Amino acid sequence: MKLRVLVSLKPGVLDAQGRAIEHALRDLGYAQVNGVRTGKLVVVDLDTDDPAKARALAAELCEKLLANPVIEQYEVLP
Amino acid sequence: MSDPEVTDALAREHGLSEHEIALIGEILGRRPTFPELGIFSVMWSEHCSYKSSKRYLKTLPTAGACVVQGPGENAGVVDVGEGRVAVFKIESHNHPSYVEPHGGAATGVGGILRDIFTMGARPLASLDSLRFGSLEDPHQRFLVRGVVAGIADYGNAFGCATVGGEVTFHPRYSRNILVNAMNVGIARADQIFLASASGPGNPVLYVGSKTGRDGIHGASLLASAEFDEETDAKRPTVQLGDPFTEKLLLEACLEAMATGAIVGIQDMGAAGLTCSSFEMASRSGTGIEMDLDRVPQRETGMTAYELLLSESQERMLLVAEAGREGEILDVFAKWDLDAAIVGRVTDDGKMRVRWHGRVVVDIPVDPIAANAPVYERPIAEPAGRAALRELDLAKLPAERDPSGALLQLLASPNLCSREWVYRQYDQLVQSSTVLRPGGDAAVVRIPETERGLALTTDCNPRWCALDPYAGAQHAVAEAARNAAVTGARPLAVTNCLNFGSPERPECMWEFAEATRGMGDACRALGLPIVSGNVSFYNETSGEGAIPPTPTIGLVGLLEDVRHAVPASFRAPGDDVVFLGETREELGGSEYLAVRHGLERGAPPALDLAAELRLQKLLAAAAARGLLRSAHDCSDGGAAVALAECAIRSGIGLDAALPAAGPRPDVALFAESCARAVASCAPERTAELLGLAGEHGVPAARIGRTGGERIRIQPRVDVALAEAHDLWSRTLPEALG
Amino acid sequence: MSARVGVLMFPGSLDDRDLGRSFGLLGADVRMVWHKDTRLPELDGIAAPGGFSYGDYLRAGAMARFSPVMRAVLDFAASGRPVLGVCNGFQILCEAGLLPGALVRNRDLKFVCQDVRIVVEDPGQLRAELPPGRDLVLPVKHGEGAYMPDPDHKPRVAFRYVGTNPNGSTDDIAGVANEAGNVVGLMPHPEYAVDPLLGSTDGAPLLRSFMAACLAARTRR
Repeated sequence: MKLRVLVSLKPGVLDAQGRAIEHALRDLGYAQVNGVRTGKLVVVDLDTDDPAKARALAAELCEKLLANPVIEQYEVLP
Repeated sequence: MSDPEVTDALAREHGLSEHEIALIGEILGRRPTFPELGIFSVMWSEHCSYKSSKRYLKTLPTAGACVVQGPGENAGVVDVGEGRVAVFKIESHNHPSYVEPHGGAATGVGGILRDIFTMGARPLASLDSLRFGSLEDPHQRFLVRGVVAGIADYGNAFGCATVGGEVTFHPRYSRNILVNAMNVGIARADQIFLASASGPGNPVLYVGSKTGRDGIHGASLLASAEFDEETDAKRPTVQLGDPFTEKLLLEACLEAMATGAIVGIQDMGAAGLTCSSFEMASRSGTGIEMDLDRVPQRETGMTAYELLLSESQERMLLVAEAGREGEILDVFAKWDLDAAIVGRVTDDGKMRVRWHGRVVVDIPVDPIAANAPVYERPIAEPAGRAALRELDLAKLPAERDPSGALLQLLASPNLCSREWVYRQYDQLVQSSTVLRPGGDAAVVRIPETERGLALTTDCNPRWCALDPYAGAQHAVAEAARNAAVTGARPLAVTNCLNFGSPERPECMWEFAEATRGMGDACRALGLPIVSGNVSFYNETSGEGAIPPTPTIGLVGLLEDVRHAVPASFRAPGDDVVFLGETREELGGSEYLAVRHGLERGAPPALDLAAELRLQKLLAAAAARGLLRSAHDCSDGGAAVALAECAIRSGIGLDAALPAAGPRPDVALFAESCARAVASCAPERTAELLGLAGEHGVPAARIGRTGGERIRIQPRVDVALAEAHDLWSRTLPEALG
Repeated sequence: MSARVGVLMFPGSLDDRDLGRSFGLLGADVRMVWHKDTRLPELDGIAAPGGFSYGDYLRAGAMARFSPVMRAVLDFAASGRPVLGVCNGFQILCEAGLLPGALVRNRDLKFVCQDVRIVVEDPGQLRAELPPGRDLVLPVKHGEGAYMPDPDHKPRVAFRYVGTNPNGSTDDIAGVANEAGNVVGLMPHPEYAVDPLLGSTDGAPLLRSFMAACLAARTRR
């Protein structure tokens, strides 16, 4: 089954790309934009149909490679 | 999925003319299959066949003592001594870069890199000549940011230094920006590889990335039709590049070449598998048999048509010695790249392609590749062009504030600092960059030798618009001068000819004039043209064409790279020497455009004999170590040239330019040819002036370096810090 | 006796030859080490070069850390012998946990190539020719060079930018050392500042200091 994993910078770590997008949106006249954070969406196709097993495996992949715990957090999306 | 029925209407949709459709019938004696129609349409596109430009390109000088390989291969090759050759070419990626600036520019860089290492050379240095619309226009800023980032992302991750080029702005490029990418590589003279498919029975190998549906009809169609309302809909046909894979492909190709098992190799660029296989077979007078089912594929369900026309990046076609294919497959496996035997060379001069067990293409090679249709398009000088060359200086208001004029020019988009651009490029990788970007030509050391190459790209489109013959001559002369001020001897040229639609007589006239000028100048300066590229259809319906832009890429040789001369001052207390002569020539100048809002007048007169004398003097003076710095006087004239020497070094000057008629703005800002400003240690000035006399170059000591001000007679006196500030702020403020 | 320096080669390494050449010019005995090798040759020190290993896809240095050779490199570092990471090599050593912290996108999101000035602070084993307070002018060329400390591991700061901070690095940090001082990483490139023809020569004392640490390590063993 396919699972989506969202990897993003931890709150408090400067997200230079998010900040640039935020400025650009404000420049376009969207004064309502209070903040922008970016992340990476990784889709992993796993060799199992058991949702619990798949989620556990996805989390393991994040710990191992997909996210750097010093600066990043991850979330296995539903 | 079954192929559509091939009708004349479908053939016309593929961009084929009635004449060409009839010709296909004659060659085949039947209707083409759908994949065959695809092949004809790309092989006979302007981009691949040069059908409108061929008769003019044939007039260009291509021979010279240094030439190892002239036009017709992936790149030109010249002898640079010590058993080394320089392999170089410039190529356009204009239309894709307008549609998708980041991806378009990146794949442009990827394409030219493959052209170089296909020949067995390791790419050493890149240059990029970029033209955009007005810097004031927000969309142009978006394009500049995207193109520069695309070049940086590809070149930096591939590991080839970007050392020079140009960036200029003119509203006539608004809808048709130009991205011309040049690369120079170095190989051993006895290890050059050509795109040949010789030896019937030899296996044909596909190596590199897998094939997907990207870029079908990309380069060939995008570059062969003008823009219209539907351009946005073409976005998906722009290919994306992967510099990481290309770097692996480089290392794997060079390693595979070293085995001695490769007979010929060709990059899959525009029109992919089709163009590469036809060109290889055509050059060797052979045929090729291919089985498309063996092509590594990234997507499922691809048709023969798609597999033949895909422009997926980072792929090569090569022919191996029969029985030694295993050695090549091993090398590619080591680098984790796909490699597959997809066919073999035959002796019947035919291209035969099987797909799903059926023969879907069976056509003769030569009538399609070597004997493609050639056109003699009508030409006509545009009305009113001659009138534009008239300029009455008596009616031009006197310059009341020369200092203000200099500052305004230094801050103008076409003359200000380009650091915003080149600091995004890795200028250093491979430890060869002796003179970094920002001066005239860049200088790189030829690895493992004492020699160096001076590299530059040049063209003044305003002059080409006013007078394409003179403008193209100037492009050659300025490129040669830019190499000469570093102490190099100009060696050979590559060209990228950017024009509007060849179907309009005015554009074709510009093309005819520009190629005539380029040929005359190259012959006079002894510079063979060894490679190049033509980009037509740089125009948008209703908005007209770009100014004719025949970009010149030039390679010069320094026998001893330690003698390379930088452009900016080196020390306070040096003498400033002016070389050449300023004439009353303000036509087509930056000064006239920026200060008076005029783009008219004849370009400066060109004295190619004087250019040659100046070049020889500069090389001789550099070899004797007389020059602390030397800088070409071109855009913005002598005052801007001197100010640049001061700003970049942080060393001011006090100098008086030789008078040139009653108007002070002429001495300061005229763009007369064959001039340079140099600095030299005071105890050697007499020797430099004597040497200039021997070479027949007018020369005078005009002042001294030092201090915190830029003082240039007549009547310029500005603080160095203020000039530096205005000069360096323009691009960062506009582009972020 | 010359220092035996191994230079790692990952797919996408770009400065590997330059680093090897510069060490060679300074008298080191250089061995290039392929990323698929699981055993190291006889070495006194290891240097991880710049470039875009594995295309820098995912995160700079993230995938190189799982190359077969890295297990041997971890053992080598644990033995107290010197390991140097330059640019992408620094990123790889951080990802591999040999150095604390991480490197993130430059503040202005653009690749930057220019000369910068750094000052020596606490360069661990690289102290031979690098007394604290010494200034060096070296080029940087990177897109992800902003150092972000690990809140749980205060780094030993080896080098700081002076004047211009080219990437928005925290506290102007240009390079760090591990607790033991045998692993050092920095973003600027000493290997491009060795030959006077090409500009600054301030990279030479840095590389020679590494070579001195290599010889000291050999003597210790």
